[in-house]
Amino acid sequence: MSEATAHHADTPRRRRQINLPYVGLAPAWLLMIFALIIPILIIIAVSFAVRGAYGGFDWGFDLSGYRQILFNEGWTGEMEFTPQYLIIILRTILLATVTTVLCLILAVPVAYWIAGQPGHRKSVLVFLVTLPFWMSMILRVYAWMIILGKDGPLLRFFEFFGAPSGMTFMYNDGATLAAMVYTYIPLMVLPVFASIEKLDGTLIEAAHDLYGNRWTTLRRVILPLTAPGIASGGILVFVPAFGAVLEPTLMGGGKQMMMGSLIQLQFGGGRNWPFGAAIAMILMMLVMLVLVGLALRSARNEVES
Amino acid sequence: MNRENAVEVIDVSKNFGSYQALSSVNFEIRENEFFTMLGPSGCGKTTLLRMIAGFETPDTGRLLLHGRDIVDIPPHKRRVNTVFQSYALFPHMTLAQNVAFGLENLGWDKARITARVGEMLERVHMSAFANRKPAQLSGGQRQRIALARALAPKPEVLLLDEPLSALDLKLRQAMRDELRTLQRDTGITFVFVTHDQEEALDMSDRIAVLGSGEVQQIGTPLQIYEEPSNRFVADFVGETNFFEVDVLKATEKTATVRTPFGQVISVPSPAQVPVGKATLSIRPEKLNLGDQVEGVDFLAEVVKKQYLGGYTHYLLSAGGVEIRASRRNASRESDTIAVGSPVHVGFIEGSARVLAA
Repeated sequence: MSEATAHHADTPRRRRQINLPYVGLAPAWLLMIFALIIPILIIIAVSFAVRGAYGGFDWGFDLSGYRQILFNEGWTGEMEFTPQYLIIILRTILLATVTTVLCLILAVPVAYWIAGQPGHRKSVLVFLVTLPFWMSMILRVYAWMIILGKDGPLLRFFEFFGAPSGMTFMYNDGATLAAMVYTYIPLMVLPVFASIEKLDGTLIEAAHDLYGNRWTTLRRVILPLTAPGIASGGILVFVPAFGAVLEPTLMGGGKQMMMGSLIQLQFGGGRNWPFGAAIAMILMMLVMLVLVGLALRSARNEVES
Repeated sequence: MNRENAVEVIDVSKNFGSYQALSSVNFEIRENEFFTMLGPSGCGKTTLLRMIAGFETPDTGRLLLHGRDIVDIPPHKRRVNTVFQSYALFPHMTLAQNVAFGLENLGWDKARITARVGEMLERVHMSAFANRKPAQLSGGQRQRIALARALAPKPEVLLLDEPLSALDLKLRQAMRDELRTLQRDTGITFVFVTHDQEEALDMSDRIAVLGSGEVQQIGTPLQIYEEPSNRFVADFVGETNFFEVDVLKATEKTATVRTPFGQVISVPSPAQVPVGKATLSIRPEKLNLGDQVEGVDFLAEVVKKQYLGGYTHYLLSAGGVEIRASRRNASRESDTIAVGSPVHVGFIEGSARVLAA
């Protein structure tokens, strides 16, 4: 009897304790629900909807949006495999990967260099790295179009040293890549810098002390200890690079279609919302795959240590 | 070069900007000895240690390791290992991997590395923890692994940079014994840096007292404590009283002085002091208190006393001069001197020392 009463008296208090923190989180929850969960649910719903006759869509359940990614309906109504969208997906993966790798190769030395500078100069340099963000991205891409363009300074410079006329830097994969790397490199520099900054300098000394040369020290001490920063930099670059629209369109001249442009096209001129939503879902799932993979890896490392 | 010397420091100077960290320092560290560099922070002891390790370069002067000049040899090519103050264990490696790191870089074969790592972990009583990571260890355990890691490659010299300062008191005392044993067993030359005089006196074969970038004195713990060569050493190592005295007559080994309490006495000195003002140094425990005392005898008044169990510290005053004395409490009734009462203070002439002012 007394046990039951005690239990009874205990319950409401415990419930209050559990609920209170969640009330405090309400703004965050509301933001998540309205800015993330509901839009994603809408896109999921649209991806399964039926394409309307004059653009738009009607609610329903239809897999043609997804089917269209791999198969095209022929004249006689039979389904034939068309790899063109698959090629776009693979090309986008390739572009995002190459962008991430180039950013990594360029950003790591920069981050090391900044981390080694004296205090006040360090903060100035970090500020300079973030400076491009103060300007609209589209303006920055246009600036690159001017630099690399037909009458641009770079071409003038090469022509002065006898480059053949008709040489061009614009509207190819190289131009796309240059703008991509330029745009996303600060997102790599900052987390890598932060993790190097945190690295205890005596560990590097200890590695040298124990007969490790520069290469051994980099490979066995510095890189493993800054890996979390490199990984988060990689995610920060890879994810937006995967959905990039501006650079491939403006710098690549839109000759090489990417997933971002394809989605934009389906919601715009293509007037095929279910198909656009289906590609968007594929894009999101691919990104999720990468993130989950990384999360599992770091979780495994946690367990080990 | 002398083969008995593990390290020779010859005329080494170092400036950091306008700050002179070391000014033409000379000394040698003998093979197989436990050598301690003792001094307050900023005295240059850590800079010297880092120079031997290769992390700092002297502006001028030479550094010899077993007779070979090492100034231009990078740290990873010096057969010298360091136990860092913060231990600097690699957090992403297991303890076994930490200990193996140096051996792998030296190109030892796998079987030999495994055997040596096992042996070292055994030696520091950490075998059971071989596959743990440093984060899972206590301070004392990390200390042991840092030692094992630095000793595993059998360095010519082991450098220890205040390795006990992060440990609590009990552990620190246990580690002192362990370090001393380890040094004797391995026969490796230990160069130990500390600001703790007790550590230095306890463990060292020889101590170099450093102050303001210069070697103040080198000697055995007994020499350093009993025969300080200047005011700095007498003041830094242990407690002492400094009295201003008039030198009446001096030779190379003794000086005849008049104390502020009126006596004329003859006291040993490390070098000939000029006639005029000098300093008499006498340690508090060398002063006897009581109704009747031996040797030089004068009257003082007890100003304050501090009962510390095993000892009682007294603050005395004689003719306006402050005197610190301490007395061992041999029995429960030892502490009978009352504050405010007059007391006889006495000391043996040979236990005092006259130093240049």
